Amino acid sequence: MTESDDVWKVNRERDGQAKPFESNLPQAGPVGKIFAPVAGFGVTMRNFFKPTVTEQYPEKKVAPMPRYHGRHQLNRYADGLEKCIGCELCAWACPADAIYVEADSNTPDEQYSPGERYGRVYQINYLRCIFCGLCIEACPTRALTMTNEYELAGPTREGLIYEKQDLLAPMGEAMLAAPHPMVPGTVDDDYYRGDVLKVVEEQTEWVRENRPEDPTLPENRGMHEENPEHRRSEHSDARLNVARHQTANTASWRGGSI
Amino acid sequence: MTATPEKAAAVETVSLTIDGTEVTVPKGTLIIRAAEEVGIDIPRFCDHPALKPAGACRQCLVDVAAPDREGNVRPFPKPQASCTMTVMEGMVVNTQHTSEAADKAQKGVMELLLINHPLDCPICDKGGECPLQNQAMSNGRTESRFIDVKRVFEKPLALSSEILLDRERCVLCQRCTRFSKEIAGDAFIDLQNRGAMQQIGTFNEDVLNFDGYEPIGVAAEDESGKAFSSYYSGNTVQICPVGALTSAAYRFRSRPFDLVSSPSISEHDSSGSAIRVDHRRGKILRRLADQDMVVNEDWITDKDRFAFAWQNLADRITRPLVRGEDGELHEASWPQALAAAAAGLKAATTGEDAQGAAVLPGARVTLEDAYAYSKFARLALGTHDIDARTRIASDEEQAFLGATVAGSGLGVTFADLEKAPAVLLAGFEAEDEGGVVFLRLRKSLGRQQVFTIAPFLSRGAEKLDATLIPTAPGGEGKALAAVKGSTAASEALKAEGAVIVVGERLAGSPGALTQALALAKRTGAKLVWIPRRAGERAALEAGALPGLLPGGRSVTSASAVQTVADAWGGTLPTGPGRDAAAIVADAAAGKVGALVVGGVTPSDVTGPFAEALERTPFVLSLEVRRGEVAEYADVVLPVAPPSEKAGTFVNWEGRLRGFATAIPTDAMGDHRVLDLLARELGTDLQTGSVADVYAQIAALGSAAKGERPEVPKVETAKVDAKPGASLVLASWHQLVDEGALQEGEPYLAGTGRTAVARIAPATAVAAGIADGVVTVASAHGAIELPVVVTDGMADGVVWVPTKSPGSWVAQELGVEPGALVTVKGGVA
Ligand code: SF4
Ligand code: SF4
Ligand code: SF4
Ligand code: FES
Repeated sequence: MTESDDVWKVNRERDGQAKPFESNLPQAGPVGKIFAPVAGFGVTMRNFFKPTVTEQYPEKKVAPMPRYHGRHQLNRYADGLEKCIGCELCAWACPADAIYVEADSNTPDEQYSPGERYGRVYQINYLRCIFCGLCIEACPTRALTMTNEYELAGPTREGLIYEKQDLLAPMGEAMLAAPHPMVPGTVDDDYYRGDVLKVVEEQTEWVRENRPEDPTLPENRGMHEENPEHRRSEHSDARLNVARHQTANTASWRGGSI
Repeated sequence: MTATPEKAAAVETVSLTIDGTEVTVPKGTLIIRAAEEVGIDIPRFCDHPALKPAGACRQCLVDVAAPDREGNVRPFPKPQASCTMTVMEGMVVNTQHTSEAADKAQKGVMELLLINHPLDCPICDKGGECPLQNQAMSNGRTESRFIDVKRVFEKPLALSSEILLDRERCVLCQRCTRFSKEIAGDAFIDLQNRGAMQQIGTFNEDVLNFDGYEPIGVAAEDESGKAFSSYYSGNTVQICPVGALTSAAYRFRSRPFDLVSSPSISEHDSSGSAIRVDHRRGKILRRLADQDMVVNEDWITDKDRFAFAWQNLADRITRPLVRGEDGELHEASWPQALAAAAAGLKAATTGEDAQGAAVLPGARVTLEDAYAYSKFARLALGTHDIDARTRIASDEEQAFLGATVAGSGLGVTFADLEKAPAVLLAGFEAEDEGGVVFLRLRKSLGRQQVFTIAPFLSRGAEKLDATLIPTAPGGEGKALAAVKGSTAASEALKAEGAVIVVGERLAGSPGALTQALALAKRTGAKLVWIPRRAGERAALEAGALPGLLPGGRSVTSASAVQTVADAWGGTLPTGPGRDAAAIVADAAAGKVGALVVGGVTPSDVTGPFAEALERTPFVLSLEVRRGEVAEYADVVLPVAPPSEKAGTFVNWEGRLRGFATAIPTDAMGDHRVLDLLARELGTDLQTGSVADVYAQIAALGSAAKGERPEVPKVETAKVDAKPGASLVLASWHQLVDEGALQEGEPYLAGTGRTAVARIAPATAVAAGIADGVVTVASAHGAIELPVVVTDGMADGVVWVPTKSPGSWVAQELGVEPGALVTVKGGVA
């Protein structure tokens, strides 16, 4: 007799000894048994008058938890210069190979970020991103953070590759759009340490001279309905529609984290 | 075939123990190399196998114990730099892996190195491939204890338009300065100041911060007065172990993990240097030197490194162009374009009054392309009118090449050049025209006598410590003939292993190659021909010359013609054909029915090339870019640049330098395009693939006895070079100039030497010129350049660069070196 036969025998013996099945649910009485077929309606009726807990998305959007990993954002310093230095550390950290960066040199005429280097091309492919947040951990300048925005669906593949202008944070009230020179007398380290707190007159002057039409100049503010800095690039109409929708609906809760 | 085997001299060896592992190495080996032998890695910065030990960075400290006089193994009191200490019998070495003291010492050194290092890795180009980053992780402390303010420098300091130095990142390893001094001989940067302010810099008093001191040593300035830039400066960027030296072209462009690296061969000169092409998304970002100990060792020229933008400029063509009814070029499909090309060629080659077609493949070709051109001309067009030498050339040269060079396999090698006790350069500037050839020669500085037959002692020759035999162009034959008897050069060349190097410019000097052969015979020295461009040797091997068939066979040898005709399965025309100069001249006179032009830049061609293109009824251009030829072409077929095709360059040694496709695109190499075109013409060339061509060339082999051209016997000409109204023009290409393959690279162009006209002192006095701008004029045109009176120069000669800014000799003067020109202007 093999071992397995033995097991079967034991099991059979145990089965023989087992008690018959007994439900531990409360058993209906005779009246209950008569109404049993329609008792389910009672459950329905009871819940009919309870308050709803279903989230009414997309009619009503609810803010997720503050540290929810949503769409990325490329931040700016208080004077409007970009924080991204194009170091590609985010791209390096990304386990999904979702980020593509090409850096370039800042020049006196086109200073996008403090220091010598800035990110000229910046793309995140949301078809690949798994929202792990490793990229924002890697970023040495806090240029890359994540917002709470989660509406990242679209009808085209290209539309889900977000370009730099799609990811850049909206211009704050007192910011001046890049490119423009750094605050006179500062070096990149001053920016990294957080010592630059506002736009200075020289910067405004510079932009006035080089881009008098710039909507972020104090005199031009409020002349445009929509903040031009936060428009999705116009690769496809579908994408643009998504973008408008996002802009309209998310203004109040963007930038939740950091 | 490869370098002659080293004499198996019994090498004295030494046995020692490293980390408990017994290792036996030749005497004199450095500890760090011995450790490499057994796979023990010691961190290092300044150590570089090709440079002399310096012991500058102290990162390689290890614990060493060695036997004393009594044979007791005693430890050294302090850790020792393993990159400067040679091994000793019975030594016991403990690296960081087994010795705490060594580990602690290395960590300490690393901490010190990092004190003033900005740690700006995120914006540093070296980030991701940085020995400092890597070794700080493997052999450094995990936390920094430094809380004070770091020393900062203004950054970057532009050493030249191409090389930028961020001094704060520098770890003062002196690899760059040692390279510049030891290898390139251009001491344009050096260690300056001391203590915390010690830094690498140019010889600039502002940097040095000492007032009134003259720069010491050869703080060479070129004629423009700007600090002298080197042709090899890019190598310092590659060997800098941190991101202190960067190149303007690559600065902030990418990260190593972005890049796909493909090994390749440089298309810029006949050395066939091994390079690594780094590309991203189909675009080349940079090129680096690949190590190839038999050819370029660890180094390449700046042209090899930085000049790659040309192939992707805006005028790159990817689709065929056909000239339409309206006289404009229009994009066409391949079948349309091939049909149009075939129709044009057929019209020129068949019929009663057909004038025939001629082929100018250019000398940037690979072996496969050259072979295809050669076969195409003979079989599909039925002509021997093919010549890759759209430069100064002669029948004497063709005979010389056919008789002694073509199909001779590996002759004189880089190693032979290095070992040669004496070298005579004739019509060849090692630095300007040879690139890494210069570095090999310079490696033997002090052990090798160099003589140069040239109009003046160029900077390159000066760095080789060469003895000038001042010679006017055209007089090289006489100069070579004069190397006899007890002259120093003659004596030196008699030594075993001596080498005579002749350049392509000797073709312009009647009798010079004849005399070079005679000299080689007289002295027993080896003779080698080193052309300038990458495709010269391949064109020769493949028979892309009017009088030569593949393998050095003469078109006038019946048996050679028969062999080739049998192999090709067709009939060959009767030869020989016209050379490039004759083709151009005849075409300009309207006597050529069709021209097939490969990589030829009209502004490089002396003679009426534009008229030739203009007057020829049908011009077919095979080009990478929509160049000047396209302006006249009836059909333009796009071909692949070297990075987009596979092929083989044949370097001057005769070594096959095969390379694979770096960036796969649908661009086709010339050999494939010609194969398709020939089919359209009803001929099957079977040159569609590299493998097919290889098989054919292998089957053909080289010329049998008696099938080669006769060794040339040409009388030397007399040159009339004396101070006076007309001077003999001397000229050669500078390494960095305005050549077509250097376009689109302004940073590299900025490192080129300033174009000047040079004349000898006596000539200057006779002409009443001492300074200022002179006008060098021929019957065709003139060039204006600042004049430099050059000591030791041959009299009656004026030298100008061939294609430097403001000095396009072929286009402006329209004459070849050796011609008479006038020099006017300047101030007394
Ligand atoms: S969140 Fe994660 S997957 Fe998405 S881009 Fe960042 S690193 Fe990549
Ligand atoms: S977002 Fe941050 S990590 Fe990414 S490239 Fe810019 S600075 Fe570097
Ligand atoms: S610049 Fe680079 S190679 Fe030169 S000394 Fe500094 S670290 Fe060494
Ligand atoms: S590697 Fe030995 S001292 Fe630098």
